[in-house]
Amino acid sequence: MNLAQSILEALESLSANKLRSGLTILGIVIGVGAVIAMLAVGRGAEATITGSISGIGTNLLFVFRGAMDDSVRNPRPLTLGDADAIADPFQAPSVAAVAPALQGSGEVTYGGETVNTTINGVTPAYFPVRNYGLLEGEPISEVHLLGRASVVLLGPDVADALFGHIDGLVGETVRIEGQPFRVIGVLESKGGGSFGSQDNVVIIPFSTAQARLIRRSTSDRVDVIFVQAVDAESVPQASEEIAQILRTRHRTAIGADDFTIFSQEDFLDVASTITGVLTIFLGGIAGISLLVGGIGIMNIMLVSVTERTREIGLRKALGARRRDILIQFLTESSLLSLIGGVIGIGLGWLIAFIVGRIAANSGTPFDPSIGLDSVLLATLFSAAVGLFFGIYPANRAAGLEPVEALRYE
Amino acid sequence: MKKDWVIQADGLRKIYQMGEVEVRALDGVSLKIERGDVVAIMGPSGSGKSTLMNILGCLDRPSDGEYALDGEAVSQLNDDQLAGIRNRKVGFVFQSFNLLSRTTALANVELPLRYAGMTEGRRDKARQAMDAVGLTDRMYHRPTELSGGQQQRVAIARALVNQPAIIMADEPTGNLDSKVGQEIMNLLLNLNRERGTTLIIVTHDPAIAKQTRRTIRLRDGLVESDR
Repeated sequence: MNLAQSILEALESLSANKLRSGLTILGIVIGVGAVIAMLAVGRGAEATITGSISGIGTNLLFVFRGAMDDSVRNPRPLTLGDADAIADPFQAPSVAAVAPALQGSGEVTYGGETVNTTINGVTPAYFPVRNYGLLEGEPISEVHLLGRASVVLLGPDVADALFGHIDGLVGETVRIEGQPFRVIGVLESKGGGSFGSQDNVVIIPFSTAQARLIRRSTSDRVDVIFVQAVDAESVPQASEEIAQILRTRHRTAIGADDFTIFSQEDFLDVASTITGVLTIFLGGIAGISLLVGGIGIMNIMLVSVTERTREIGLRKALGARRRDILIQFLTESSLLSLIGGVIGIGLGWLIAFIVGRIAANSGTPFDPSIGLDSVLLATLFSAAVGLFFGIYPANRAAGLEPVEALRYE
Repeated sequence: MKKDWVIQADGLRKIYQMGEVEVRALDGVSLKIERGDVVAIMGPSGSGKSTLMNILGCLDRPSDGEYALDGEAVSQLNDDQLAGIRNRKVGFVFQSFNLLSRTTALANVELPLRYAGMTEGRRDKARQAMDAVGLTDRMYHRPTELSGGQQQRVAIARALVNQPAIIMADEPTGNLDSKVGQEIMNLLLNLNRERGTTLIIVTHDPAIAKQTRRTIRLRDGLVESDR
């Protein structure tokens, strides 16, 4: 018996009971569709998060106060002095630029509109380091810094929420925590991120924030120091240099750093670990539904074997060997799951596409991508499910005694 | 002249264990059937005639005894070897036709050729068999579209397509009225005359048995008479 003949015959017998075959296939369709969609969504999430981390800046290091695990008590705050020391090219040759910042949150109002947003107090170096471009206007300058000027740059989300548009805003006056600030520019959009939107911010001069909005216990304290390394290769080197400088300045005990240095790489690692777990979790749930579909196939094949006991007996009487019957039923179960797999890939693609559209409509650029590997995986897995769950019923059919089977009513 | 035995059975026994009770369906049957003969096997129900047919048709193995079909000793063969023997040497005709309803009559007739591993010329051979039973114009009908007599003809075509040594017919006219039944009998007898195929008919109808050359009567698993 050749393969084409077996497949043709299996199709014939499957189409003899269309509703039943269809429902069985549906189980696999849902399983495979779920696997494909979940893997695509997981992959899309990873791409979006990775993209937004890359959007923060290039070759970037973040310096925070305190150890990651809170093991050091009473960590010394980071200061402007620390930032200046890191900026010293003799002490830290791998460092290209340093941008200390104060971060707080507050209410920005214009007319009747109010927005809760993140307030960043920054120095001019902040813009190149964080990769911020301007739609219009000018960045914070040394003059603003020295004069503690009441000027502000609006993130596009804030501008849109307050004014309903994001252009022609230079010269307007908004109130931050009740104090008037003159708008000197609007930031370019960086896209939504998993760290909250990077567009929902306002930027003011460091000195202004220090004096009037974000008060800290010590006068020259900073919340974060953003450091740009000279190039991608020197990021670890820069990290080491910063650590040395801060250890000396803070006089910490060996192995008890009271600060934390993160690189973009670290963020990417953490993020991809999280999305990886997410993908496995989603895929696992989807896999369970595929398993349930497989059990459905087994169930239907068992019913079919019982129903066709006489047919099996007849085939054996006509000279069918064990192997012939085995192949016949395995072909049927594999076809069921393979057809289900192919339709399921289509369904999964559709779900992923719809999720992508919904995300796009709600303003989050999120692109679920279906890889060739997940298609292959789903196809192979569904065929394997058909084979695996077909083996028991097929074996049962092949093992029937011809005399008994022919007598079966 | 030395006789050409197509069936040689010696001391066939078939014993079923039904719980505590031992049922001797066949209790030592010895018989020989000559090639080209027409034989009826008769007997009341429970006499062991179905069991004997199953063993002679290689659907079942005897518990004890020797059996050679067409010169080949078959009592010790395994399942797949028996399947091969059935395929090549035995054609079955059943009381309830046993056709596959999903496929055409022609595809039904082709089935034994497929299991024989034949890849080319199957269709032609199946057509010839359909011609031989007079169903040239019904080849592409499904069994459900055929009358009982026509269905049995398809079954006969299927039985003879592999040119077997014997055709075993189990109550071939049992589900047909007497007129159509006689037509089927005539067809079988014709095939025997023209092709020399050995015919073994299991029946309880004396009118059928009368048309055969030899009648074997069974009772309680033993040969009661053989004429």
